[in-house]
Amino acid sequence: MEESQEIKDSVRLERLLPGQTPVLVPGHSFGTVTDKIVGIVLRRPVTLGWLVGFAIVFGLLNLLGLAVVYLVFRGTGIWGINVPVGWGFAIINFVWWVGIGHAGTLISAILLLLKQNWRNSINRFAEAMTLFAVACAAIFPLIHTGRPWLAAYWLFPYPNTMGMWPQFRSPLIWDVFAVSTYATISALFWFIGLLPDLATFRDTAKNPWARKIYGLLSMGWRGSARHWKRYESAYLLLAGLATPLVLSVHTVVSFDFAVSIIPGWHATIFPPYFVAGAIYSGFAMVLVLAIPIRAFYGVKDMITDRHLDNAAKVMLGTGLIVAYGYGMELFFAWYSGNGFERFMMKNRMFGPYAWAYWSLIIFNVLIPQVLWLRKVRLSPVRLFMTSIVVLIGMWLERFVIVVTSLHRDFLPSSWGHYVATRWDWATYIGTLGLFLTAMFLFIRVMPMITIFEMRMLLPESRVAPEEVAAHD
Amino acid sequence: MTNHATAETPLYGLMAEFEDPNELVKACRAAYGQGYRRMDAYSPYPIEEAAEAIGFHKTSVPLLVLLGGILGGTTGYLLQYWINLYAYPLNVGGRPLHSWPSFIIVTFEMTILFAGITAVVGMLGLNGLPQPYHPVFNNPRFSAASRDRFFLCIEAADPQFDRDGTERFMQTLNPRNVTEVLD
Amino acid sequence: MDTESKKKTSDVCPGSKDKALGLNEVKQKLTEARGPKYWRTLDELAQTPEFEEMLHREFPRHASEWTDKASRRDFLKVMSASLALAGLSACTKQPLEPIVPYVRQPEQLTLGKPLFFASAMPMGAYSVPVLVESHEGRPTKIEGNPQHPATLGGTDVYSQSSVLTMYDPDRSQSAMFNGEARPWADFVTAIRPTIEKVRANGGAGLRFLTGATSSPSFVAHMRELQKAFPQSKWYQWEPVNRDNVYAGAAAAFGQPVETVYDFSKAKVVLSLDGDFLTSGFPGFHRYARQFAAQRRPELKEQMLRFYAVESTPTNTGGKADHRLRLKASEIENFARAVASQLGVGGAGGSLSGEQQKFAQAVVKDLQANRGRAVVVVGDSQPAAVHALAHAMNAALGAAGQTVFHTDPIDANAGAGKVDQLKTLVGEMNTGNIELLVMMGVNPMYDAPADVNFLDAMNKVATRVHHGLYFDETAKFCHWHLNGTHYLESWGDVRAFDGTVSLIQPLIAPLYGGRSEYELVSVFLNQPDMSTFEVVQRYWQSQPGAGDFNTWWRSALHDGFIRDTALPRRTVAATGAVPPPQPTQGGGFELAFRRDPTVYDGRFANNGWLQETPKPMTQITWDNPVLLSVATAKKLGVATESVLEIEVEGRKVKGAVWVTPGHPDDAATVYLGYGRDNAGRVGSGLGFNAYKLRASGTPWIVTNAKVRGTGETYQLASPQGHQSMEGRALVRAATLEEFIKNPAFAHEMAEAPAPGLTLYEAYEYKEHKWGMAIDQNSCIGCKTCVVACQAENNIPVVGKLEVKRGRHMNWLRVDTYHEGTAENPKTYFQPVPCMHCENAPCEVVCPVNATVHSTEGLNDMVYNRCVGTRYCSNNCPYKVRRFNFLLYTDWTTPQLKLLNNPDVTVRSRGVMEKCTFCVQRITHGRIAAEEQNRKVADGEVLTACQQACPADAIVFGDMNDKDSRVSKLKASTRNYGLLEDLNTRPRTTYLAAVRNPNPELES
Repeated sequence: MEESQEIKDSVRLERLLPGQTPVLVPGHSFGTVTDKIVGIVLRRPVTLGWLVGFAIVFGLLNLLGLAVVYLVFRGTGIWGINVPVGWGFAIINFVWWVGIGHAGTLISAILLLLKQNWRNSINRFAEAMTLFAVACAAIFPLIHTGRPWLAAYWLFPYPNTMGMWPQFRSPLIWDVFAVSTYATISALFWFIGLLPDLATFRDTAKNPWARKIYGLLSMGWRGSARHWKRYESAYLLLAGLATPLVLSVHTVVSFDFAVSIIPGWHATIFPPYFVAGAIYSGFAMVLVLAIPIRAFYGVKDMITDRHLDNAAKVMLGTGLIVAYGYGMELFFAWYSGNGFERFMMKNRMFGPYAWAYWSLIIFNVLIPQVLWLRKVRLSPVRLFMTSIVVLIGMWLERFVIVVTSLHRDFLPSSWGHYVATRWDWATYIGTLGLFLTAMFLFIRVMPMITIFEMRMLLPESRVAPEEVAAHD
Repeated sequence: MTNHATAETPLYGLMAEFEDPNELVKACRAAYGQGYRRMDAYSPYPIEEAAEAIGFHKTSVPLLVLLGGILGGTTGYLLQYWINLYAYPLNVGGRPLHSWPSFIIVTFEMTILFAGITAVVGMLGLNGLPQPYHPVFNNPRFSAASRDRFFLCIEAADPQFDRDGTERFMQTLNPRNVTEVLD
Repeated sequence: MDTESKKKTSDVCPGSKDKALGLNEVKQKLTEARGPKYWRTLDELAQTPEFEEMLHREFPRHASEWTDKASRRDFLKVMSASLALAGLSACTKQPLEPIVPYVRQPEQLTLGKPLFFASAMPMGAYSVPVLVESHEGRPTKIEGNPQHPATLGGTDVYSQSSVLTMYDPDRSQSAMFNGEARPWADFVTAIRPTIEKVRANGGAGLRFLTGATSSPSFVAHMRELQKAFPQSKWYQWEPVNRDNVYAGAAAAFGQPVETVYDFSKAKVVLSLDGDFLTSGFPGFHRYARQFAAQRRPELKEQMLRFYAVESTPTNTGGKADHRLRLKASEIENFARAVASQLGVGGAGGSLSGEQQKFAQAVVKDLQANRGRAVVVVGDSQPAAVHALAHAMNAALGAAGQTVFHTDPIDANAGAGKVDQLKTLVGEMNTGNIELLVMMGVNPMYDAPADVNFLDAMNKVATRVHHGLYFDETAKFCHWHLNGTHYLESWGDVRAFDGTVSLIQPLIAPLYGGRSEYELVSVFLNQPDMSTFEVVQRYWQSQPGAGDFNTWWRSALHDGFIRDTALPRRTVAATGAVPPPQPTQGGGFELAFRRDPTVYDGRFANNGWLQETPKPMTQITWDNPVLLSVATAKKLGVATESVLEIEVEGRKVKGAVWVTPGHPDDAATVYLGYGRDNAGRVGSGLGFNAYKLRASGTPWIVTNAKVRGTGETYQLASPQGHQSMEGRALVRAATLEEFIKNPAFAHEMAEAPAPGLTLYEAYEYKEHKWGMAIDQNSCIGCKTCVVACQAENNIPVVGKLEVKRGRHMNWLRVDTYHEGTAENPKTYFQPVPCMHCENAPCEVVCPVNATVHSTEGLNDMVYNRCVGTRYCSNNCPYKVRRFNFLLYTDWTTPQLKLLNNPDVTVRSRGVMEKCTFCVQRITHGRIAAEEQNRKVADGEVLTACQQACPADAIVFGDMNDKDSRVSKLKASTRNYGLLEDLNTRPRTTYLAAVRNPNPELES
């Protein structure tokens, strides 16, 4: 009775801008947010829909396994790569996945520092998505090498019988350090965020096994005030560290190209516009996941239209930066007065791979302009479609950068062509399988929304100074 | 007051349960005012004021992170310097052995990596986690601490602790209830 | 094996009665033996004919063992025990007779140190004198013989690739009767009655068919045989023959003399379809060397000027200052016109328009250089043109100066090869031929289409085929005898100038073959007489200088017999030139050409040659149909569309390759493809152009019909694009411009000044290896490419992989066209690794797999490479090659023997590229250190440099100011490819300079 009274006050307490939907739909209490999110995992039975979906994506995962085994057995020759086009799908997919893997940490870290509390309801699965995307990405640099069984460890600095060390001037080494650091930090960030919620699971779960497993994972978290204080400071510091890190990762990835001397790769604009592109595709993927999830699991009241709206705005912004990047490439090619650069651009726009370039412009620059319209931003279906378009567009961007730059470089005698084989496709689709399989499992066993942060979104969570003023 | 401490299961402390963060913070302040020090507050989400109230003002996590970062950075750079100038000097593409601009990125990544790991390990370490067993869990109501309840626990180890006196004091903080926590 | 056929064979060859030895007995013997005895047993076992026979009974040639892995493994297991592969235990059998190494000391074998032996590779009647590099008794590499007057140290694609043919696992590995393996001894016994039968009537029923030969000892051996069988006849057949050349000479001088050119004295050269700069043209090596020397722009006004009148574009035409494209049939008229303008009576011929303009300028130029001008004619031009050329050369006072004549090299130049074959077929059709012996010929494949050789053969009672392969002809013979490769057998042969080279075997016959000599000896009732005896006996019978053994040793040592060059003969032109014939047909014209790599088809099973991009077209693994741009448009076909060609009802289909500079309304087809029994490599590639080739029109058909079929067929060319896109890659100027501005090359693009970099440059104190390639000398013949492949164990990847852009050649010769599609200028640019001092590849390698050596080599460390391919992406020259799949053959034992032990054999997943032949540098350095001195200039030659007939590639120490390479790099023509990228390449190029006639330069 009196509880409901409090809630009414709280709704009044939260000041909303005109026409802005609240982060959290009114009507929730500590208990209800907890029950709702916990329920998705612990109470909700495995539905047929989930099973069917899982079966499909798991099938794709096995396709990846097949493709990789055959690759190791036969060699990279099963792909379409050749000389001059020494890198193909593998690197394209690598960059694409790493890019997608940027949204999570960005949302968790940067938005946290910017005190954007609406992030609280989407950061958890965004982080999970990051981890899985980075995992997919990490596969490619390894398997694309001629001798993966050596590349697996020769790229790390360790004392060996040959007395040899990695070559630290190579962007590939920078990649190894950047991506592995990013993966580690993201994983830690994700796990630390989970800790209190795992405790909640531990305390709520009926099944003794579930209690044990969640108990182990939660490390005996008990919500002590001292713990919370250290926790918060550590979490904040991690966010502070992750922010420059996430920006550095795609910068380093862009160095793979920018540091080379190939026209179309050797460009100073790459770092910023790669980072923008990463966030662009990252948010697209967040929306592609968030929109169906919030529908299936009925968490529209936690992932509200306002989240979609904000994410869409971020996409629009980064999309414009990317468009600017394309413009600059064009300008540089002309302004440099370098014959090779000019030819490269001409070849991109009118050469054998012109189709890729123009569809990239359409997918990445033209279509996303619809995000200016509020009604698109607030219509889940339209937003979903736009995000898919952006994801394809960003993949094409990498295709254009990698293939069209390489296939016609300095000496016409060495010009060639690149055609992806069925094994290229199998590997790519396979990683989609890996990504979605992980996502499916995650949703079933982990809180997809940060419970304790949702609690903090509740007005009654705030401690009113005047009330607690010491008497004595 | 049901269960009583016995010889084999000594008393860990007394625990008061609250429904509202404000009550908790008030209680902490009061207890601290009473001179209690060996106590702790438990809440389902971080409450800055509670920590302050029980006299826990600053954590050394940031310092550890700083040290970790510095260690990582220097390790990263020195590793590259040593490898390229001493361990196995090689003429790579006519670049000087000490190509410091190329060494920056790895240095940076190592800084972040070490700092990040220190942050997590340091936090857990200082919190004494992982710690599967803790007396507070013996309180059957405590499971609500990870849901929607707030607890204050004054430990028996506190010099001022007095089984009955302390309980009386805690009752004054209008908790939902006060229970014994056995060790 | 079925008893039925067994009976059939046993009554023909009693020798083989029930000596059969089964696989089980073999296993039995092996299991009984232990330890060292085990191997002894194997060897002893392997020596017995029973074993060899069993071997082939259990694993017959042509059985499907190759497709079925398991049986293939067994096959190799047993084979490795057999005599043929005793080499697997790292000691191939040496020939019994003493062979004499070339200069290298010590003469006896030291492990790890290659020995070199002088020898010569026969090519029809001619030969390529060579040095053979031998590692522990395994010939692995062919080098030029710098002391040989006929080559001046050059080689060609055929000789370079010949080692592979020697080891070819597809060579026939035993004598065969009706396709079943038989020991040689069986043949000797089985053929005896037949021989006696033909001996009865003086050998009237005995016929021999061989290829053209100039071997004095073999000819003598045959003459001896003909004494024993006076009625027998010996015919010769060469599909790619010089009938026209000798007929032309006969017409001009009344006798078929040999014509030899001397370009070292030439100032103006006119070629009428004479592709004297293409491997296979007699004298190619010396001509290329002399031509290149005369083309140095440093000669200023004395630089040779070259006019080419061509039908099919060849790399020879590519070097021309002025090239006139004419249909092959139109060249005669052009020749006549030029001849008349040069004052040759009765030549006739009239020209108009562009041709007339061209002719006038040429005539003027020729006459202005009397005594220093020469007209060269190609083998494919009719006799009349050759006669005209002789007349022109006489008119120009070239005879004795730039042209001279000797007796013919071909021992039987009198009668045309085509006529000889037709005579033979005629005799065979009478049915009176008892025994036909064919040696090293394959008429079933390459006989003229109007000659039905099969029918004729079926009328011959006993047919014996002797050769390296069980080929199309062997299939239809009772007996096939596996022959010996020139590296396996003794012999002698003449070079184009007549100089005789002794052929010494580097290894005992790998597959137990027998030489032609031994086959002939069988007929002389001396089946046990060795080839060595025959050859040596012949030379003993010759008036030698002093002590024979010394003479013999020095002849073997030098690789040639001094003063055996045929004497020059002064021949007077007899009578007038043949009167013009009314040109028949006038329809679509078809020109036949020998293939630039597989020649007449005899090298079809040689993977190195198949994968060598053919000069100009750059095509591998196929023979295209060349069409001009305009003709292709007219026929509505494009490159790779399939064209049906019909000549007198005979049809073949071939894929089109649109070729700039090809004459209109004409097509060119290459011989040597479309083989059925070449082997696993060469069978079923391309189409068989012999099916269109009639004895009357061996080179030019003027009444062909062509139509597009709508189908397409993929052709694999490793060069993506043949235009320079206006980039300063090959920098070229005219002689005039060069004299005016010697530094023109540097004004096209320039390297940034050394001071512009923040980094201080590395110092290379000891040696500083570098290479200079003279694009003016390079004739685009591709010899260097094959030499590199042989030296560096470069694998063959096959057509599909080439098509995918995965060819492995470390050295490629880029061919660029410039100007109009009708009459383009052509430039050749050999591209090895540039060994950049600021190597872009090294900086991006994450594992230090490619780094710089202290001597400035861009080293590739295979076992360090993980295969990211980043280095290749970042290499602006795209000279790096990647093992996308397991390209190297690790299983076939014979091919293991072929590998150069000084060069790592690469496996899957690693990058590789030109190393500047670092193994040769090391050999040189060690030799120098032993005598503690510095490596002398010219002591270390890279494989490409050593092989180059034109001397276009020079390698050496840039620290040595007097080295050839330093001098060339000091030249004003010297520039670096893409040097504006500041890569500081160690390989640099000398700009090309053309010497056009101002009158024709518009």
